[in-house]
Amino acid sequence: MRILTRVAYVLGLPVVLVLLWWVLTIDSTNFFVPEPGELAATFVDTWIGPRFREDVLPSVARFTVGTLLAIVLGVAAGLLIGSVRWLRSLLEPMLEFFRALPPPVLVPVLMLLIGVDNRMKVLVIVFGAIWPVLLNTVEGVRAVDPVLVDTARTYGLTRLTRLRTLVLPSAAPQIAAGVRQALSIGLILMVISEMFASSSGLGFTIVVFQRSFAVVEMWSGIVLLGLIGVAVSIVFQACERRVLHWYYGQKEVQHGR
Amino acid sequence: MTSVTASPSADTPAPPRRAGGRGAPLSSAALGLLGIVGFLVTWELVVRSGLVEERFLPTASTVLGELRSLAGTSDFWASVRETVTTWAIGLAISAAAGVALGLVIGQSRFLRRATNSTIEFLRPIPSVALIPLASLLYGTSMQSTLLLVLYASFWQVLIQVLYGVGDVDPVASDTARSYGLGWAARVRYLVWPSALPYVMTGLRLGAAVALILTITGELIIGGGGLGTAIALANSGGATAQMYALILMTGFIGVAINLVARLVERRALRWHVSVRREEVA
Amino acid sequence: MEGDSVTVQNASRDGVDAPVVLSVQGLQKIYTADSGDVEAVRDLTFELRQGELVCLVGPSGCGKTTLLRCIAGLLEPTAGTVLLDGAVVTAPPKKMAVVFQEYGRSLFAWMTVRQNVELPLKNAGMPKAERRKVVSTALHAVGLEHAETSYPWQLSGGMQQRVAIARAVAYEPEVLLMDEPFAAVDAQTRADLEDLIRRVWKDLGITVLFVTHDIDESVYLGERVLILSNSPTVVQEDLTIDLPAERDQLATRSMPRFTELRTHVYAEIQKAKRGSGADA
Repeated sequence: MRILTRVAYVLGLPVVLVLLWWVLTIDSTNFFVPEPGELAATFVDTWIGPRFREDVLPSVARFTVGTLLAIVLGVAAGLLIGSVRWLRSLLEPMLEFFRALPPPVLVPVLMLLIGVDNRMKVLVIVFGAIWPVLLNTVEGVRAVDPVLVDTARTYGLTRLTRLRTLVLPSAAPQIAAGVRQALSIGLILMVISEMFASSSGLGFTIVVFQRSFAVVEMWSGIVLLGLIGVAVSIVFQACERRVLHWYYGQKEVQHGR
Repeated sequence: MTSVTASPSADTPAPPRRAGGRGAPLSSAALGLLGIVGFLVTWELVVRSGLVEERFLPTASTVLGELRSLAGTSDFWASVRETVTTWAIGLAISAAAGVALGLVIGQSRFLRRATNSTIEFLRPIPSVALIPLASLLYGTSMQSTLLLVLYASFWQVLIQVLYGVGDVDPVASDTARSYGLGWAARVRYLVWPSALPYVMTGLRLGAAVALILTITGELIIGGGGLGTAIALANSGGATAQMYALILMTGFIGVAINLVARLVERRALRWHVSVRREEVA
Repeated sequence: MEGDSVTVQNASRDGVDAPVVLSVQGLQKIYTADSGDVEAVRDLTFELRQGELVCLVGPSGCGKTTLLRCIAGLLEPTAGTVLLDGAVVTAPPKKMAVVFQEYGRSLFAWMTVRQNVELPLKNAGMPKAERRKVVSTALHAVGLEHAETSYPWQLSGGMQQRVAIARAVAYEPEVLLMDEPFAAVDAQTRADLEDLIRRVWKDLGITVLFVTHDIDESVYLGERVLILSNSPTVVQEDLTIDLPAERDQLATRSMPRFTELRTHVYAEIQKAKRGSGADA
């Protein structure tokens, strides 16, 4: 009975929305909005096949490499900048500027500096996605509980051990928040670097559909991008839960649920 | 510097045994300024030394000079106005919608459970996926960009408001109920103040994302504003102008962040202090 | 049962003729959880007469808080009823005020001391001038007239709990419920607050139900002590405290009768912990 209620809660609204969509489009000849069945069929025709390997996989690969690089570099630099106080003061205004710079403007810049190739598309993602990770790491390192630091020092933990067992874990919730932002920026940059300067990839293909008024195919591309976004979010949440289970546990206890 | 009475308002507690003199004690503001100057000098030297060709990256002085002369043209300010207007309208609408829906959904267990799966599905969809749809529907008008901005920043606000409403302390909630506060009074005196820190976070994140999507829309779809100006400068080979415009978007971003933090701090005076007390 | 051969009075034999204000009849509360149902309170029946100060004491985890939340109308009992002035309590009643243990979470951090005390009155629609007077009187009664513009988090724990008491007193309830209100303050503050409660109770002539896990506190404060059994909870004993009405931290606590009574309560609670209470 309880499981049934839960399933009803999860599926209720989506089912209602799809039904509504279906009812509203069943008789309409609206050029812009396909009906659900048509869209599903087109989705399979368009994306399951050679296009998957030629356009989708390379895009996803560039996104993965770029974001992972951004996360690794961001955390490393953030740990360094966060634990050295003069370095933090020296770099903070510049970092704030780079964080505030809307990442899409990097696309034309890197196009000029590097050219239009895979390297550029990966670098755009790295340059755009690194800032939230870096700045959140700095913030997280700075906010490490001084009592914990003193505890670690009285037990004679070395600097490296402290970094691994104390600083990194206690900054982890902040870092995770940064990574979440980095992922969505990475996805944005993946798409627009291909829309702006490319002859293949997901972003490029969708724009071609739109320009040739292949509306249903265009919608299927939007759906695919949405699915990728959802998949990325699911993977992220699974990782976050694993790494930060202690954090959520503590929070729950503090809030007396 | 011996008899220092510890004041609770010192926001950076000095690490023990390291306060004593070491090196030149430059203030952090001076160091920050040094960082900016260092960055500009490095940029200048990298280009002057020929490490990067000047037609790809003009020197810092050229770009700053270009920005100054741009600042004397009305076209430039028209672009700035267009960008800021799109950003502001988009943020205002999504903030109003996000806060209103968040307060209603967040307070009803039924609505929270019923909408959860849909929200978790719609939220991660990158709003740039809507670019083709927007340009199909609205062409290169401002609405196209506005649609992207709305979609992106709405979720930021809504999610934070939901977190915030969910974070209302159960004891505070019991207190309000035992004193007979009704729905409206609870929202006004309890739910809204409790959720405010989250609302502010949502607005700050939403404001940043809204700017990103404003520039993206203008860059990819066109229709005016700084993004379009950058795209035009890029395709027209006006490299120095392109960099100057990019700097300007960065300045707008910094200004938005500063204002957002200022508003946040003012609205949450009580909250920041609570946290400080807990740390102390 | 060594040393327990003390004569104790059963409260029901007491010839108090004041009317019954609060009546709890056959109260039961079962929590349904995924891991199975938990019976927190089995069958509780007791009465409070007007102007009484009754302490509820029991082993930790015996469902005291559950009981109090049921009485306050914050929790719906599984069976049984709570009657306030003969009317069934289904929602937080107007004539009741609650002071929670977690003062830090029960006071609204975003409001000053005065605003916190004022809120329930404002909500009840009391005119401004009258409100101001009532709030001042209440703050004066708890000795906080100098702190009314401070925020709760700027005060010590004991002072915060005074604010919560002032808020409850200003509300002018018929029945004041207190849920282990002094469990989180230090011993000296606690003694002060205990005397404050005795004074407020006497001055205002209200009915107080005071939940505690501290045996000394229950004997010192109460006119009557209700000893609860282990969970699932029943009333194990209803004990009259025949100490002089004027209580003094030193004199009262050193009376032989005080020692007898607390030894008796202690023994009863030990008995309750062994689980014999539930079968009684």
